[in-house]
Amino acid sequence: MRVAAAIDVAAPPQLVWDFVTDPARYLHFMSGITRWEVTSEQDRGVGARYRTLMRVGSAEVGGLVEIVECDALRDLAWTSVTGIDQRGRWRLRERADGARTRVELRLQYGVGGSGIVGWIAEQVAAPAVRENLRRSLQELRRQAEHEQARAAAATRRAAALR
Amino acid sequence: METETASRPSRIGHHANGGDPFTAPPPGRARRRDDELEAEDRGSAPGPLERVAGVIARGVRRRVPAADLDERDPDFIRESLPGQWLLASLWFRGEVRGLGNVPEEGPVLLVGNHSGGNVSPDSLVFTLAFSTYFGVERRFHQLVHNLVLSMPGLGFLRKYGAVAASPENAARALDAGAAVLVYPGGDHEVHRPTWEANTVNFAGRRGFVRLALEHDVPIVPVVAIGGQETALFLGRGERLARLLMLDKLFRLKVLPLSIAVPWGLNVGDVLGHIPLPAKITVEVLPAVHLREQFGPSPNVDEVYEHITETMQETLDALASERRLPIVG
Repeated sequence: MRVAAAIDVAAPPQLVWDFVTDPARYLHFMSGITRWEVTSEQDRGVGARYRTLMRVGSAEVGGLVEIVECDALRDLAWTSVTGIDQRGRWRLRERADGARTRVELRLQYGVGGSGIVGWIAEQVAAPAVRENLRRSLQELRRQAEHEQARAAAATRRAAALR
Repeated sequence: METETASRPSRIGHHANGGDPFTAPPPGRARRRDDELEAEDRGSAPGPLERVAGVIARGVRRRVPAADLDERDPDFIRESLPGQWLLASLWFRGEVRGLGNVPEEGPVLLVGNHSGGNVSPDSLVFTLAFSTYFGVERRFHQLVHNLVLSMPGLGFLRKYGAVAASPENAARALDAGAAVLVYPGGDHEVHRPTWEANTVNFAGRRGFVRLALEHDVPIVPVVAIGGQETALFLGRGERLARLLMLDKLFRLKVLPLSIAVPWGLNVGDVLGHIPLPAKITVEVLPAVHLREQFGPSPNVDEVYEHITETMQETLDALASERRLPIVG
């Protein structure tokens, strides 16, 4: 099952990228995520591993994931090592005006070998997972734009003092 | 069903020490043949009814599989997670809190209260949550009644890690570094009447404390509510079992009575029932490290009282959250 959500953030890609590559921030903006814990020596970049859990229905599902693609300011993708099968991707694209970023979050999940029951479970879980992604993006936008506004205000104050 | 007797051990749920399946029988006695012990207990030649009962009992005994921890199959568990998740989420609206209290690794004894008759939904909801939280790779075994494992069609439970409840099997699982789920109240607690739903009742069975002490593993209490609302449980039927001489014929001390789907009046719950969709809430409490908390030689009774009181307080708190039966 593949679910995706997208949103426009009024901040440059660098600022959004700082959010999505920092594992310490995930619990603060990702809806439904109950664990995003670094389990490897490196905490970001290709090869970094995280133990992740998302509450869906009566269980917290997830497992160990590994970053498999890290194209700075554009794409960050992970795939599962243990737990349910999953692939996730952050896709950042700068808007033409240079001040906004299109952010897309994709998640593909399932349990191989679980047959028709697994397919039904994926369909049943999809609305909750999609809602989690949508809320996560909204919270990411809120936090990123707040930080962008704070940075802009600091710049203005510094300019006024000069 | 309660099948224990206090006088003789065997492989089908007959345990010494007050029916506590987690307390080892006296040395030597467990190795004696069952028919020797039966003859000793009877003290006279068996009648026809007792002969028939003996044949049936031996048949059941033969069906109890030897515990083999390797029968646990992580791939099977993983592939069945979606089905469990559907049932736990849609039918029971399961909610499990505090799994972070379970130590991340190493052996641990999970001690739960048990509800729901022979179809116990709290086990389903908790084992699903444990498997998804820690991953199917983590060794996890459940101690279940011998009669459950010997029932035709339930052999698949062994793939989930279920082993017959006995001190030997528990020890073997803990030595292998597994998390072991045990319900000390067992059949006594699981068939309690609905009006005692919010009572933790281990029937004084303290074997789990001794087990944790012997293996120096922490105890993690697991408190569940809602299971006793999946049918109207009328009682254990101990008097009825005596009246029908089931205790003499089959050593069945209880014949639980309930009103359950689809049977209506359900006597024995041998074939199970369709549980009502009661909301199941499970709360996992902080680990109790016995020697850290109770000193180098903890008193078993003191630990037992502490564990059961803590669980009862939690169950009371969970009960106060519920507005309506079944709805939760």
